[in-house]
Amino acid sequence: MDSAFPLMANSGAAAASSSAKIAAHTPAMTTPGASTLRMKVTKLNFYYGKNHALHNVSMDVATNRVTAMIGPSGCGKSTLLRTLNRMHETLRHTRLEGEITLDGVNILTLDVTRLRRMVGMVFQKPNPFPKSIYENVAYGLRINGHKGRLDDAVEKSLRRAALWDEVKDKLHKSAYALSGGQQQRLCIARALAVDPEVLLLDEPCSALDPVNTAKIEELLFELKPSCTLVIVTHNMQQAARVSDSTAFMLNGELIEFSPTGTMFTTPSDPRTEAYITGRFG
Amino acid sequence: MSVRLIWRKSLNAFMLSLTGLCALLTVSALFFILGYLVWNGGKDLSWNFFTHLPAPVGEPGGGMANAILGTLKLLLLAALVGVPIGLLGGVYLAEFGGRTMPFLVRYTADLLNGVPSIVIGIFAYALVVIPMHHFSTLAGGFALGIMVIPTVLRNTESFLRDVPPALREGSFALGANKWKMIATVVLPAASRGILTGVLLALARVAGETAPLLFTAFGNRYWSPGWNQPTSSLPVVIYTYATGPYEDWHQQAWAAGLVLLGLVLLTNITVRAFLSRGSSYERI
Repeated sequence: MDSAFPLMANSGAAAASSSAKIAAHTPAMTTPGASTLRMKVTKLNFYYGKNHALHNVSMDVATNRVTAMIGPSGCGKSTLLRTLNRMHETLRHTRLEGEITLDGVNILTLDVTRLRRMVGMVFQKPNPFPKSIYENVAYGLRINGHKGRLDDAVEKSLRRAALWDEVKDKLHKSAYALSGGQQQRLCIARALAVDPEVLLLDEPCSALDPVNTAKIEELLFELKPSCTLVIVTHNMQQAARVSDSTAFMLNGELIEFSPTGTMFTTPSDPRTEAYITGRFG
Repeated sequence: MSVRLIWRKSLNAFMLSLTGLCALLTVSALFFILGYLVWNGGKDLSWNFFTHLPAPVGEPGGGMANAILGTLKLLLLAALVGVPIGLLGGVYLAEFGGRTMPFLVRYTADLLNGVPSIVIGIFAYALVVIPMHHFSTLAGGFALGIMVIPTVLRNTESFLRDVPPALREGSFALGANKWKMIATVVLPAASRGILTGVLLALARVAGETAPLLFTAFGNRYWSPGWNQPTSSLPVVIYTYATGPYEDWHQQAWAAGLVLLGLVLLTNITVRAFLSRGSSYERI
């Protein structure tokens, strides 16, 4: 029971510091100009076979901000996230209509491997490769043709993911020797190694305990100046803590998309209010 | 104790002994064969057996160096023929292809696995021996290679399917294309299992006699080249064991012991290797 108190204190501190940072960024959100847009989704419809999963979704992803997507299970938030780097193409029988742009360029016209280097992804369950910590981080660079030693790049990425101090003495040990939280930060380091412009996070904390969740959330703030972040989360408090703007989705539709402060205090749609006050979902 | 309880307990004891006995019989079959071979063949096994050619009929001594080398050469050829085809076919089944095609391939591979080995021998005879006009090591290796394909294929497929899909997604998300993903993540993750399957498939065909009878044929001397007939342990055992001389029978026992030793050694090495575990299974 003793350990419960430090945990609560920790997440409370994280929440406090995050709300301060949200407040600092809010003015920028209210005046979105074209120059601050990293990605833009326009009238997106998405189908799994005959199942119409996303209905006419339009949203903007602001540069160097955290955009959160919330909503009940099956609402399409993960699907929307996965279309942003065309991960849906790894599945059969999917169809996408509408337009998604990255820095003004339609992502469907980009080479998919190049797109995924620019728009990285972190998954729900940590999925390090069965390789050493070093090789996990170096992987993205290696498959893009880098040969030989990548020490500097590996160290830089591990530092950006706040993992360096914990693993610097065991870089050549198996990644599976790490704890779940460390593995997830390793996956973030792996994604950062190719220096993406956008990082997509698909419920990155759902398999982690509160301490590791707080670490990842802290990390998101540190990454923000250098990277645009889009996070899908089941946890509304998390969305409130980490994001600058929030999208609420329901049954494949984008119900409301507004600055996080507005969304959680004065939602404009009754369905959003019902969801964030816990009346369903 | 009620009668019912006594009945239950004795039935339980009976079934326990029965299953235990059957398990014991399975294990003892191997030890019985091994013991019998050591008993009969062990005394004829000497250094000469591994280094000398067979002695002329009627003379004592001699060895089977040519048959041991022949078997190793045949296995090398079988690996060269069967492993690349089986491996890449397995990759296709696990990673590419729709529904019907993999189903057909899998079904055909299982049928091929069930083709009697003597038929494979006839096939190799028609395809390699007849055009070449003589028996050869190549023909024998080809026949064994065909037998290796379905085992390697199915084994590779099943180990590739065991690799978690999350690893594939992780690789794709970093900008890998499909082939790079397979080569850098999936194949390394499944490598232990695949290698085990390859070695077990080779150990299995190492003892095949029928496909070699009219492909690699046999040879009393060193095989002069890959396109010439060669001796091999299973064929030598067959010839010597059915021959009329007492010392041939002894030599056949010894050759059987060497062959079994070869197969067991492979098996045990492979299993020791595998018991260290494939790393992604240790999550």
